[in-house]
Amino acid sequence: MSNRAKLIATGKPFAFDQERDAEFERLVKRYPTRESMILPSLWLTQEQEGWICAEAIEYIADRIGTFASQVYECATFYTMYNLHPMGKIHICICRTLSCWLRGKQEIVDYLKGELGLVPGEVSPDGKYSLEEVECLGHCGSAPVVQVNGEFHENMDVDKLKTLLATLK
Amino acid sequence: MEVKILSAKFDIKDAHKIEVAKQHGAYSRLEKLFSMEPSAVTEEVKNSGLRGRGGAGFPAGLKWSFLPKGLDKPVYLTVNSDESEPATFKDRFILVRDPHLLIEGIIICCYAIGCHNSYIYIRGEYTTQCKALQKAIDEAYAEGYLGEKVGGHDFKLDVTVHRGAGAYICGEETALLESIEGKKGQPRSKPPFPAVEGLYGCPTIINNVQTIASLPYIIENGADAYKQYGTDKSPGTHLFGISGHVNKPGMYELPLGLPIVEVIEKVAGGVLNGKKLKGIIPGGSSTPVQTPEEAQDLTLDYESMAAHKTMFGSGGIVVLDETVDIVKLVENLIEFYHHESCGQCTPCREGLGWMLKIVKKILHGEGTVADVDLLRELCDNIEGKTVCVLSAACTMPVRSYLDKFRHEFEAYVKKEASSGAAQKQG
Repeated sequence: MSNRAKLIATGKPFAFDQERDAEFERLVKRYPTRESMILPSLWLTQEQEGWICAEAIEYIADRIGTFASQVYECATFYTMYNLHPMGKIHICICRTLSCWLRGKQEIVDYLKGELGLVPGEVSPDGKYSLEEVECLGHCGSAPVVQVNGEFHENMDVDKLKTLLATLK
Repeated sequence: MEVKILSAKFDIKDAHKIEVAKQHGAYSRLEKLFSMEPSAVTEEVKNSGLRGRGGAGFPAGLKWSFLPKGLDKPVYLTVNSDESEPATFKDRFILVRDPHLLIEGIIICCYAIGCHNSYIYIRGEYTTQCKALQKAIDEAYAEGYLGEKVGGHDFKLDVTVHRGAGAYICGEETALLESIEGKKGQPRSKPPFPAVEGLYGCPTIINNVQTIASLPYIIENGADAYKQYGTDKSPGTHLFGISGHVNKPGMYELPLGLPIVEVIEKVAGGVLNGKKLKGIIPGGSSTPVQTPEEAQDLTLDYESMAAHKTMFGSGGIVVLDETVDIVKLVENLIEFYHHESCGQCTPCREGLGWMLKIVKKILHGEGTVADVDLLRELCDNIEGKTVCVLSAACTMPVRSYLDKFRHEFEAYVKKEASSGAAQKQG
């Protein structure tokens, strides 16, 4: 099994906080089957904790009334769900077509050279994590970088340096 | 060349806010809408010739008419906001700059098809766009345009945003349905088609964001007004995305039917830094590439694209200049499709991985002519042998690069073993 599919147990029980609990109850009324809540529940978990632990998979299955294996299937099929903690600053660089044509590799090389970041890894101090992702739908302003969910367009090495400095 | 039908409110400050949107016409079509029979709405959309703007170009009104009548099951509308085809970047402008246009379009479609529950499937990566969309939906509920009585009329409608989580395949309509149902996005065999058996086994219409957002204009101005734009068989306007090696990349709304070379020159400022053009990807990464010679008489409509053995697709134009290494480009594309394969069909799951290994071997200087031939052969042995067309989305363009730029692949191929042996003996 690849690393990214491996579940990590925290040893502590997991539950939705008040906000996530209310959102679950609001959404569950919108679907005729409870299984439709699997993807939304995985998102709620990741919003709350930043990643999805083994206990959360069980919790979601119990809450919905479905099999943990079905929750696990979705958690591993969809690449945006983190089964391990990511860095405080999570960087996603688009690797596809137009971003490749307009210089994404320089940015990837810079991050490797300067911060020792390899795509798919978290830095030892837990500060950064890096992913090369597929087309982010910002091709007209390539290359594009997503940092903690925010889009940064028309990027180059200098702009990235400035951005990372402000995030310190 | 540019027009402002879909993008009419894009440059108006705060047009995403309902009060500003309403000042510029948002929800003004509802009175007319609810005075029409639902079937009349479908007829108007059929007559407009509106074709699906997600990439397949299937006539929208015709799709709606496939819904069976008198079934004792709810009808669903799912709006496809997965927008993941490389080179495509259009729907997110609607979500952020004029979300109420989309919501009004959803009301129009749902009234026509008798749907009271609509889901917007938005790709997980669109974080800020999702927040903007949800905010607009909340505003619409607060002002009574969604909920128990839409616009005060006896019509109930709920709209729910369902976030994807990183799978290109979930833009495929049946994989999208699987994803809403809480499963892996693995496409279903068709038939049955979603219009008959779709979401939760019920009749379902899946339409792209831009297709739905085109509806308010058609209802307000009529089918004939819409047909003033574009060509006979490809009416209307499209949010084209132009990227790659151009001086002014960006999203531009244009009527269909314009010459692609003229658009690249006049709208996107021509090839970047005046370099020579090597090729054009006309409508998203899945569309076969066009050489500069072929592009001379290519116009941006479905018919011209088909005649050139390529596709209009999502209207994502990518310009390739003389510096592009076609073999590396092919590697970049195959890697994308291989990553995004859902894995259920052997020819795609294994075949795309095999194609990737071959092109990497060629790039490392270890390939032979036989490897280039094999890569070409695989294109014919994967396409058409899978449940969905993701595999074809890979093999169709790769075939075109191999056929039109074969010399670049052969340049990587190592010298024949015989010449090496001859040198040793000499």
